[in-house]
Amino acid sequence: MSVLEDLRLRGPVLTASGCGGTGRELAPYVDLATLGGFVTRSITLAHRTGAAGRRIVETPSGLLNAVGLQNPGLEPFLARELPWLHQQGARVIVSIAGASPGEYADLAQRLAVAPGVSGIEVNLSAPDQRGSGVYDVREPFHAGSVVSAVRRETPSRVPVLAKLRSDVVRAVEVSRTVAEAGADAVVLGNALPAAMPDGRPARLSGPAVGPLALRCVAQVCQQLPALPVIGCGGIATPADVRAFLDAGAVAVQVGTAQLHDPMTLSRLITARQEDA
Amino acid sequence: MSTPSTAPTGPVHVTGTVLTTRAVGAYTHLTLVAPGIAERMRPGTFVAVSVEGQLLARRAFWIHRVRHAGGHGMTLEIVVEQVGAGSRWLAAQPVGAKLAVTGPLGRPFALPKRDADPVSCVLVGDGHGAAPMFLLGERLRERGAVVTMLVAGADEAHLLSALEARRSARSVTVVTEDGSVGSRGRVADHIGEVLRRAAADVVYAAGRPSVLRDVAEAAETHGAWSQVAPELPLTCATGLCQGCPLPVVGEDGVARTVRSCYEGPVVRGDRIRWTELAP
Repeated sequence: MSVLEDLRLRGPVLTASGCGGTGRELAPYVDLATLGGFVTRSITLAHRTGAAGRRIVETPSGLLNAVGLQNPGLEPFLARELPWLHQQGARVIVSIAGASPGEYADLAQRLAVAPGVSGIEVNLSAPDQRGSGVYDVREPFHAGSVVSAVRRETPSRVPVLAKLRSDVVRAVEVSRTVAEAGADAVVLGNALPAAMPDGRPARLSGPAVGPLALRCVAQVCQQLPALPVIGCGGIATPADVRAFLDAGAVAVQVGTAQLHDPMTLSRLITARQEDA
Repeated sequence: MSTPSTAPTGPVHVTGTVLTTRAVGAYTHLTLVAPGIAERMRPGTFVAVSVEGQLLARRAFWIHRVRHAGGHGMTLEIVVEQVGAGSRWLAAQPVGAKLAVTGPLGRPFALPKRDADPVSCVLVGDGHGAAPMFLLGERLRERGAVVTMLVAGADEAHLLSALEARRSARSVTVVTEDGSVGSRGRVADHIGEVLRRAAADVVYAAGRPSVLRDVAEAAETHGAWSQVAPELPLTCATGLCQGCPLPVVGEDGVARTVRSCYEGPVVRGDRIRWTELAP
């Protein structure tokens, strides 16, 4: 458990960002205090209303989403959501997204001193559509810059996780870069770039992306054995959890499966306890 | 003076069992034994069913009726319209089939206070959106409200339980687009006259956004409050994924996007930004 303790996780099963609501909606189905960690949806400095129109489309073995980072913004999150989550005994990991490294840094600075924040997860999976377009967080150099900016604003007692997408070509390279920039762990992966049937940019998640994420986890764990890796992508069953942990991950995040069956997290936590 | 409710609250996730299944017009009615859900439901709330296999989004259905069924305790009935792979799968489930059911979900219709003066209510049900209206009508009548119903559908097969409507309401208007039953036309053609005749104070409606927009506008013109439940595609139906955006204006006048499944499905008709809601 030492790596989990370093990362301030209570166990190996966490929510995936964007699939746990504010926590209040999840609470009827799982005791938030039993989660390894509750990862919030990505929080931005200012409130965002998200994308208009159809946001989620079913495909064989996957969900396409174009939610567009809907969130209340930092201040309302700190005022209303974080204290409630903390009160429930949840280990809260706040996912952050920004349109510039400066925005990421500002978010980290405020969150690092907020009571009840157990960690910060830097969302590096998708370029922010509000950004100027001069940098792309998927590029190793830029991802490293963002993590450096966040690390500088975050005391060492608060772990910084870098969430990367399952890019089998560059997973090791990006992981190494963000680790050198100060990330305490990487989260691999995230929904993959895709398109809605009408051509709008979207991201694909669910069982369809699981094997890709597992490949990335295995590669990074083999080549960067000192770096804690949290697996994410298509995890729905105790066997999926075992596969990611066997590949070297220290923990997993569960997203799309929770949307299909809200008891998934609860079931996986029970299964891990029985395994232990 | 009202007494505090001791009924359990909040949704539960249970394994339900199909008790009966029957075709009614274009719809399939399923009666489910789903412990705890019927006891918690209020008109306007719904259940979500997980579909087996590769379909990951869940399917949401109005709770149409609840009743006590002998040794099974409280049961609930849902109305399934077969529009895609998930609803076809569900409609084909045999008696005895097990289903993963979550409910009751969503914000229900608000009822007048028990000790209020009698209120004149018009209930509008469009297609299978009429499903929650019968229980709502019963609850309103229990509170002394005068209930008028407008039940609409494309044709007779898509008209939900017009006969039952006559039991739930003092007066019923039936409208079909093809004129096969009742008056020919759309809801928009008849709602103004129904509101005027009923001297409506409150309008409750569920169905397609395009229909509800007409209802909300007619209510505004008539000077009535409207509570509407637009049928939108829901993914998780539990408030987790933010996949069902409902554009509204808050009481502070600020435009917001709320979740249809969680802050809705019932919202005030004059709060929806209709131009931003797909039909």
